[in-house]
Amino acid sequence: MTFHDGDEQARSTADAVARRSYGKLVAFLAARTRDVAAAEDALSEAFASALADWPRNGCPSNPEAWLLTVARRKAIDMHRGKLRHEIAGEQIRIMAEGLDAAAAESEIPDQRLALMFACAHPALDSAIRAPLILQAVLGLDAAMIASAFLVSPVAMGKRLVRAKDKIRQAGIPFNIPEREELPARLDTVLDAIYAAFTEGWTDPGGTDVARRDLTEEVFFLARLVTELLPDEPEALGLLALMLHAEARRRARRNADGEYVPLAEQDPTLWDWQLIEEAESLLLRASTFGSIGRYQLEAALQSAHVSRGRTGRANWADVVHLYDALFSLVGSPVVAINRALAIAKLHGASAALDAMPDADTDARLAEYQPYWAARAELLAKSGAHAEARQAYEIAIGLERDPAVRRFLQQRQSALPL
Amino acid sequence: MQYLLMAYVNESAWPTMTKAEQEQGMAAYTAYREALTKAGVLTGSNRLQPSSTAATVRLANGKSQVLDGPFAESKEQLGGYFLIDVADHDAAISWAARCPAVSHGVVEVRAIWGMPA
Repeated sequence: MTFHDGDEQARSTADAVARRSYGKLVAFLAARTRDVAAAEDALSEAFASALADWPRNGCPSNPEAWLLTVARRKAIDMHRGKLRHEIAGEQIRIMAEGLDAAAAESEIPDQRLALMFACAHPALDSAIRAPLILQAVLGLDAAMIASAFLVSPVAMGKRLVRAKDKIRQAGIPFNIPEREELPARLDTVLDAIYAAFTEGWTDPGGTDVARRDLTEEVFFLARLVTELLPDEPEALGLLALMLHAEARRRARRNADGEYVPLAEQDPTLWDWQLIEEAESLLLRASTFGSIGRYQLEAALQSAHVSRGRTGRANWADVVHLYDALFSLVGSPVVAINRALAIAKLHGASAALDAMPDADTDARLAEYQPYWAARAELLAKSGAHAEARQAYEIAIGLERDPAVRRFLQQRQSALPL
Repeated sequence: MQYLLMAYVNESAWPTMTKAEQEQGMAAYTAYREALTKAGVLTGSNRLQPSSTAATVRLANGKSQVLDGPFAESKEQLGGYFLIDVADHDAAISWAARCPAVSHGVVEVRAIWGMPA
């Protein structure tokens, strides 16, 4: 029984350390060698050793340092086994030096940000950056990441391995970029975090446990960046944007699980604590006087919230913000949302003129929000037959059954 | 690349649905086919009669053997398929995720064995 208790305690301590320190330990182990995969392997062996050792000998007073020491030994063993060239000696020397340094320091230096910059490096394929951060910094497994990004687990596993090989072979640096380089490089980190967030966000009902967990993990990353780089307005803007989206999650479903669009949501169901946090972050971001994509997107969310709270239409402000965002990002996604705001201000036909064209941009043919927006605007302008056809395609492209039913209702409400 | 998306669904659920639910369900499949067509990726598609109408044929001890029913007894049975032509496996999976069958069954994605060039 005592053994069992110790077992439980060891497991929960290991879990707690894993949650708090996983990325820190991977970052520290990989920073010198640039070998993320070896750091992960060594650390997973160290966690396995901890689960065997801690129940017998009690939890160490500094579990992080214990894990790091064991992980380094494992890493050195693995290198000895794997490499027989001169380089092996060099790697072992680097590792051993780090081991001594780690033993000398009571606090393990936090190099997670450097690890994130390496994972989001422009030399890596942009599609693998978010998955790589989720794995290296948070320790999520390839299967969970694969489902979130709609890729087969085998393919995701291979891509992660390839990306880690590239970090090692191309000598991608583990550091925080210099001042002049920082904004552009930070954008790639923020984009990766946002990509991970929007994948988690595709489960608005919060019914899929794995996706909900992913959202929590991504918030952890976004907060981490703002803690480590407190004076970067775009990092603050991204966190504000995510908080706004999260605040309305519950209101996007009614009691029957049906989809509720923004205009019909009950503001009392919004999480006002999250909204207040978002607003104060955005305010702090604005004091730096450097506007960017995420601050503008957060400001748009803020405008929607203010309209919901006061009932006062603010579409001119919204269109203005979309104009600024479009000139910065120039994406068809922004153009679609801008057109929907224009409809409120100048009517459906002006909005249809402002819509991007699926005939000139092939990506839109498979982009559900394009067809849903087009259907709504055509319906408003009285082009019912065309609206019905656009709804049909929007329904066919939708993944969420609740949104699909919502669109089907809109479609059948069209006059014949 | 051609991929076969095979929709395995729980056949026993269909008769228990109301007429309105059945119509909405059918309409979702019609819309899905329309979206596949509009995107220019649909090569072929069919819905199958219930697996109770199936027969399986094999050679046993050199003689043909015919049995009533589907090959595998399982809760989900092959109910239809979509043959699509897309750039890669990722694209096939994103189309599978949009298939209405994923909310009441599973969709298996299989690459077609291509002819050697």
